[in-house]
Amino acid sequence: MTATTLYEKLWNAHAVAELPGGETLLYIDRQILHEVSSPQAFVAMRDAGRQLRRPQTHIAVVDHAVPTRSPRADGIRHGTIEDAQAASQIAELETNVRDFAVPYAELDGAEQGIVHVIGPESGFTLPGTTIVCGDSHTTTHGAFGALAFGIGASEQGTVMAAQCLRQKRAKTMRIELSGTRHPLVFAKDIALAIIARIGADGAAGHAVEFTGPAVRAMSMAERMTLCNMMIEAGSRVGLVAPDDVTFAFLKGRRLAPKGALWDQAVAAWRDLASDEGANYDRVIEIDVASLVPQVSWGTTPDQTLPVDAALPDPATLEEGPARRQAEKALAYMGLTPGQSLTDIAITHAFIGSCTNGRIEDIRAAAAIARGRKVAPGIKAIVVPGSAATRAAAEAEGLDRILIEAGFEWRLAGCSMCVAMNDDRLKPGERCASTSNRNFEGRQGPGGRTHLMSPAMAAAAAIAGHIADIREFAA
Amino acid sequence: MSEPFTTLSGKAAPMPEENIDTDIIFPARFLLITAKAGLGRYAFHDRRFDANGAEIPDYVLNQASFNAAPFIVAGANFGSGSSREQAVWAIAGLGVRCIIAAGFGEIFHSNCQRNGILPITLPAQTVAELMVAAQTEQTFAVDLEAQSLTVGNRAFAFDIAPERKLALLNGWDETSVLLHQYAGAIDEFETRQKASAPWLYAEDDAS
Ligand code: SF4
Repeated sequence: MTATTLYEKLWNAHAVAELPGGETLLYIDRQILHEVSSPQAFVAMRDAGRQLRRPQTHIAVVDHAVPTRSPRADGIRHGTIEDAQAASQIAELETNVRDFAVPYAELDGAEQGIVHVIGPESGFTLPGTTIVCGDSHTTTHGAFGALAFGIGASEQGTVMAAQCLRQKRAKTMRIELSGTRHPLVFAKDIALAIIARIGADGAAGHAVEFTGPAVRAMSMAERMTLCNMMIEAGSRVGLVAPDDVTFAFLKGRRLAPKGALWDQAVAAWRDLASDEGANYDRVIEIDVASLVPQVSWGTTPDQTLPVDAALPDPATLEEGPARRQAEKALAYMGLTPGQSLTDIAITHAFIGSCTNGRIEDIRAAAAIARGRKVAPGIKAIVVPGSAATRAAAEAEGLDRILIEAGFEWRLAGCSMCVAMNDDRLKPGERCASTSNRNFEGRQGPGGRTHLMSPAMAAAAAIAGHIADIREFAA
Repeated sequence: MSEPFTTLSGKAAPMPEENIDTDIIFPARFLLITAKAGLGRYAFHDRRFDANGAEIPDYVLNQASFNAAPFIVAGANFGSGSSREQAVWAIAGLGVRCIIAAGFGEIFHSNCQRNGILPITLPAQTVAELMVAAQTEQTFAVDLEAQSLTVGNRAFAFDIAPERKLALLNGWDETSVLLHQYAGAIDEFETRQKASAPWLYAEDDAS
């Protein structure tokens, strides 16, 4: 037998049929639905008079459009939402989950949160499965050794009715991470450094698998951050082979297998690894010991630099698209060529999103915030990725540390990652953000985004400008 | 399901412009609308209406001869840009069922076929001739079974993948095609998977 990669194993295990024209009909084990991208899929189901083939393989939640504040002291959001469009999207999802008997992590419930945070937390995300969601950061679930990718509206309806999708197999890329990182270099820094190195389309058409000792040493939260960001390098799939860290994370979660099924599942999951000598279309090696904290300066995630660097000067670049892109990004971001990154003053700090809204991320931010104060005039918000994360953080007292330092402590949702709810930047405002996209207008029309780790964002909030966490913590 | 597509005849709205992208067809600010039906009024919105919402009389779709045309003839790379499926739903909402161009955005092209619209790709020179025919309000007629487009006394053959043709002829969307052609294969897959990975079926059985 020829040596195969993890991606190929997952693919082959889900191939229902080979289709004329080179595509494969792929079986989909799990689908996550949210209020913004699912409505039309339900419309199509109704129009065709269809039922979900396997309702229990779905989970629905509200995250993108929900406000992360409530006017009520008890934090209940239901019935308080002022934005008519958001309220109607949520109501429509609630009707849909009722009519089609879809399991629903309801607003104000203990399992509500961002699609890519609640999937793993509830044990819905399992190794060896195929998982889809109408959000491109579905790559996150690949951290569990699941083949997970974002899809469009019609495709969601197809999965509901047929539990299958027509897909084209990707090429494979292996990113080998070795070395021991500086304690203040996080998975986010590694992800940003990879994207800066290979480019925002550097992994397009490829399924990326992370291998090497530095990945094995990572927690599930860190692996999720890494896989989450791979769509920003153009890859629809990020993967980490499951191991004892994965199993320990999943054991006992509500939807994880129980009893004898758990043992049987773990035995099967142990085979989910690329074979020795398996062939990848591309291999990249990175020694994480060489990395320092990273910050994006431009309007694509690959426009990222080490925090101690100065901004590029387009005048020194050769005439061509790269130069024009740098000029355009600097103009949009309102920055000066050659300026030091740490001289850039911010107006906002956002700690949250499916990239960095987990308990580990909140701990990292709180460790920096402890005993310090957010700089005057800076609006700094911490938005847990899920209600469960929020509860866990409160149990550890992290909310009090953050509130004491001047951060706002919010309810779970996508918040300022995406300008689809109340949390957004105004033109010209500048945010130190732990989210994943720094596109023009992503955090609000005219808003300016600098991507970084939660510790770096907390440090920026306190300093009032982008700061080097290594000096800051000393 | 969409209306089966067999034959179609009527006028064609001429859009002699290249790269009419999905932002022109369906501006991003309407993406928050959750409906799929009734999007026709947003199709080409910023070309059809001025800032006050008044119709721009010169625009092709605002002219009496073309506002109910079932065909569009357009320049190359029609439907390029963002993958939003709303672009196709909006065009369908106008009553358009066939688009003829010298080339299409890839995702838009497959979204058309998923939604009962026939995209026909013809050489640029032919499209230029058809543009004149559209402008002079000649009748376009298409016979999908025969893969033939007739305008005046001229006939043009076009290509379409056999499975896409079958789907359009029967009014099947992609889901229907899969359910129709692969139901047995899907059942067999589930039987196999349930035996090898029973934990993936624990919730189905519990409910
Ligand atoms: S946090 Fe951002 S990237 Fe993640 S699911 Fe929400 S909108 Fe998408």
